[in-house]
Amino acid sequence: MSVRTEQKGTNAPASTTAESLDRAAGRQITDFLAGDDIAAGTGTGVAEHGRSGEKVRKASAHPRPSAQPDTVRERAGLALNDEFLRKAVKFTTERLRNGKLEASESHGNWDIWREQGRQIRLHTIAHLDYYLNLFADNARLNGVHVHFAATAEEAVSLSLAIAESVGARTVVKSKSMVTEELHLNHALESIDVEAIETDLGEYIIQLAGETPSHIIIPAIHKNRYQIAELLSADAGETLSPDTTILAGYVRRKLREKFLEADIGMTGCNFAIAETGSMVLFENEGNARMVTTVPKTQITLMGMERIIPSWEDLEVMATLLPRSATGQRLTVYMSGISGPRRESDADGPEEMHIIILDNGRSNQLGDPEFQELLNCIRCGACLNACPVYRHIGGHAYGGTYSGPIGAVLTPALKSNVAEWDDIASASSLCGACYEACPVKIPLHDMLVSLRRRKVEAGRGNPLETIGMKGFSTVAGNAKLMGVALKMGRIGQRLIARKGVISTRIGPLKGWNTYRVTPTLAEQPFRERWATLEEELSAGLREMNPAMKRRMEEKARESREAAQRKGDGGH
Amino acid sequence: MKVSVFITCLSDAIYPRVGEAMARILARQGVRLEFPKVQTCCGQPAYNSGYWDDARKTARTILSAFQDSDFVVSPSGSCTYMIHHYEELFKDEPELQRQARELQAKTYEFTQFLVQVLGVTDLGAHFPHKVTYHPSCHGSRLLGIKEEPMQLLRGVEGLQLVPLPFADDCCGFGGTFAVKMADISGAMVTEKADHIKETEAEVLVGLDMACLMNIAGNLRRRGEPVRVMHLAELLEEGVKVG
Ligand code: SF4
Repeated sequence: MSVRTEQKGTNAPASTTAESLDRAAGRQITDFLAGDDIAAGTGTGVAEHGRSGEKVRKASAHPRPSAQPDTVRERAGLALNDEFLRKAVKFTTERLRNGKLEASESHGNWDIWREQGRQIRLHTIAHLDYYLNLFADNARLNGVHVHFAATAEEAVSLSLAIAESVGARTVVKSKSMVTEELHLNHALESIDVEAIETDLGEYIIQLAGETPSHIIIPAIHKNRYQIAELLSADAGETLSPDTTILAGYVRRKLREKFLEADIGMTGCNFAIAETGSMVLFENEGNARMVTTVPKTQITLMGMERIIPSWEDLEVMATLLPRSATGQRLTVYMSGISGPRRESDADGPEEMHIIILDNGRSNQLGDPEFQELLNCIRCGACLNACPVYRHIGGHAYGGTYSGPIGAVLTPALKSNVAEWDDIASASSLCGACYEACPVKIPLHDMLVSLRRRKVEAGRGNPLETIGMKGFSTVAGNAKLMGVALKMGRIGQRLIARKGVISTRIGPLKGWNTYRVTPTLAEQPFRERWATLEEELSAGLREMNPAMKRRMEEKARESREAAQRKGDGGH
Repeated sequence: MKVSVFITCLSDAIYPRVGEAMARILARQGVRLEFPKVQTCCGQPAYNSGYWDDARKTARTILSAFQDSDFVVSPSGSCTYMIHHYEELFKDEPELQRQARELQAKTYEFTQFLVQVLGVTDLGAHFPHKVTYHPSCHGSRLLGIKEEPMQLLRGVEGLQLVPLPFADDCCGFGGTFAVKMADISGAMVTEKADHIKETEAEVLVGLDMACLMNIAGNLRRRGEPVRVMHLAELLEEGVKVG
């Protein structure tokens, strides 16, 4: 197999990269920097954000998320009471999802490409062992050190061992959710290696000592006044909350860091099996710097990032940016096939790829969850989600947030029983599924998670009793009739003007935001006899064309059911 | 042709007027509805919460209720979609699974039945009001009911349809979600009602009483005078008045 020449650096020497970085910073970064909020731009900003000022820590302090409450309800409560967060998240998710809608509509054949993308992912994951081996073999031929890590701990030890072997003092990182999953910055700091995030959003989050709250826009929960405050503390001078100025500050600061860094660390959007190459999508140019300047490169990737060929990349390169940010293409797309060759102008002398399992292979062969591995981490499901819109990402309590995070976190940990309260934080509206470029049925997976918890005997005891009662009554029309009668008598005590508005007892949660309608004096089942009599007395003759149409439809439906049955066996 | 109504628990217990409106509209087209009395609930509350054994119990009553119907019509997209899960629910019981497939193929949400099966879009209704429409998630996203209600609304004389901002966003009902995650659900329904207010519509119309109960409850709690109606009610009132 011939190795393509998409070698790093050959068409993007460092100087060009730096210029492009400047250009990109002005145009793109500011577009997707964070949850900006124009409405708050009326002078109140900085002064009112003292609270976040207290959280400012040095970049070297990157604690694990520890201060979070245990339940999603409590975490969501914090978010729901944070007006700045809610405004910021709404503002940016709206822009992103509108952008995505426009980009998919303007594409013209979106649904066909979406189906193609899904098929590529289904095929790859179904043959993942084959493609992983092919990828590893080819990458090794290109001179890459390929490592497999079964667990997070293994991936961390491998990374630390590499850092120690090259005597690293600093690591510059481009955006990588896998390193967040591993809490790798924290681990590097424990051996006195400074890890510096170079994606603007990640840099801000690192300064704040927080974790990303969105898989594409890590600082989505902050507005530009909060960001200006963080960066001002970092700079030791007051920076105005102008996104171009803020991005400019970070760019200057990072340039020094790029030049001193011993290791460049990246994630991976796609790994191409046929040539052993890895592909990065980005807007800021920082990933180019990370993969061209330092002498050593470490790439961390989930084992499911593989696609078979460069041809498949064409489909992915269409789906990913359009779904993520509404861009037709990202500003940079780098294909990297190995360490620097003699003919290359730049690039690392040593390159490592660490392929991480950490619970992913548990999904293989699981009919309900295998499709999770199809995810291309575009974030479209977060932007479409009406729950994420109100509570942001930290409320999900894991590295990955939004609908994909709600399913992925418990699935990767295989501890559904502990995590499923997050699976309950969904109205099952299906917006995630509709938005997903590879059609992952997240709404069904959320139900599967809930069911597994119940089957494991870990359901909420009250709910379990309630459901038993429900199915006994609702499984029998007579009992249901009796229950309705009793309800009508009971409600007389609390109903006023046809509604129940008490906020005491089981109606508290519902009635805090609403009133409850009363049961009808005569339910439909009791009313039917008289209604039927009246209607049949005045029934009109159906027009013959309509009758034929109905007969035709009835025949079609019988045949459809038949076909489905035949196909199923 | 035997056409049966699948009333759903909410319309049975709280909103029988929706079932009545539906029956009157269909009767005017010459459709004689039947109401199999053994029917109860589609089982969605149990299914969505993960209690599939309990869901199967109530699903059985639905399967037996409609066995010999040619068509089943329901005033809820969500309960209609629940029937699409039966095939999976009964995957270990071949006979029930066969019945589930048949039931799925012959069950229609009310507007689907009018437009797709009967081929009717103009009922001769007159409703001179400013109306906005909330497309419920399960009906519109999962059953694909998008055009049918629009066609029916366009057929109403005098009706001024104003677009609802963020119409596709869920109202926050989600069954037990509204109780378990009351504050998240509350934030969602509050925002939905805010958008409805923005339209200055007199009437909110929809196809699912669960969502409409949720939204109406919020509007009423806040003292907003917007009238909330199922499309069947609106059409029936339009015919009677018009
Ligand atoms: S689940 Fe789908 S929409 Fe969500 S991040 Fe993954 S690919 Fe994107």
